[in-house]
Amino acid sequence: MIGYALLFGFVCLSLAFLLNLWRLVLGPTLTDRVLAGDTMVINVIALIMLYGIMETTAVYFEAALLFAMFGFISTVAYCKFLLRGDVIE
Amino acid sequence: MDKIFFAELLVSVLIVAGGIFSLVGSFGLIKLKDLMTRLHAPTKATTLGVGSTLLASMVYFLVFESKISMHEILILLFLFLTAPITAHFVAKAYLLRHTDPQKDLPQTQRPHGWSTFDAPPASPTKPPSPKADG
Repeated sequence: MIGYALLFGFVCLSLAFLLNLWRLVLGPTLTDRVLAGDTMVINVIALIMLYGIMETTAVYFEAALLFAMFGFISTVAYCKFLLRGDVIE
Repeated sequence: MDKIFFAELLVSVLIVAGGIFSLVGSFGLIKLKDLMTRLHAPTKATTLGVGSTLLASMVYFLVFESKISMHEILILLFLFLTAPITAHFVAKAYLLRHTDPQKDLPQTQRPHGWSTFDAPPASPTKPPSPKADG
């Protein structure tokens, strides 16, 4: 049963990834692209968690945590750059 | 036997819910028409999706591996704390670059204007900083 649920989750997240990629390519404004990238990072975290359940190891949690931190920092840094023209003043 | 079955059911339902919520969030990113409305979809639905996936992982490792893992709570807390900050910064960047404060935004009804465009008001306790932040 968990196997089928994992398959369903992988399919859903892959479709979500394609939709995010669509917005990343089309996105009329730069901020749309930033938002699409941020959503992609969050989907990557969910994907890593599902892969960890599938493999039954706790090795991938650190990878997910790193993705969460770097996704947040990169999004905030990019928005800061758009706001002020500089990341660290 | 029964307990294992219910745990499997719970994990499966949580994984399916997480997948559906992530898909809905990304679909909203495509479907909604403006960035300010588009912000709504991923920042709420995707964190809910990741939240149920992390809960599924917690239940799975608790029941089938019989160990309590705290990594998920760490990731969950981090995501829940940072999602509003990210949305706030994206909205501010959009406001600064694509709206006209005279035309598109309502008046603030205060002596100072919108903080994205104007310098912050002088605080009585500490001297005003020369740089307006954000």
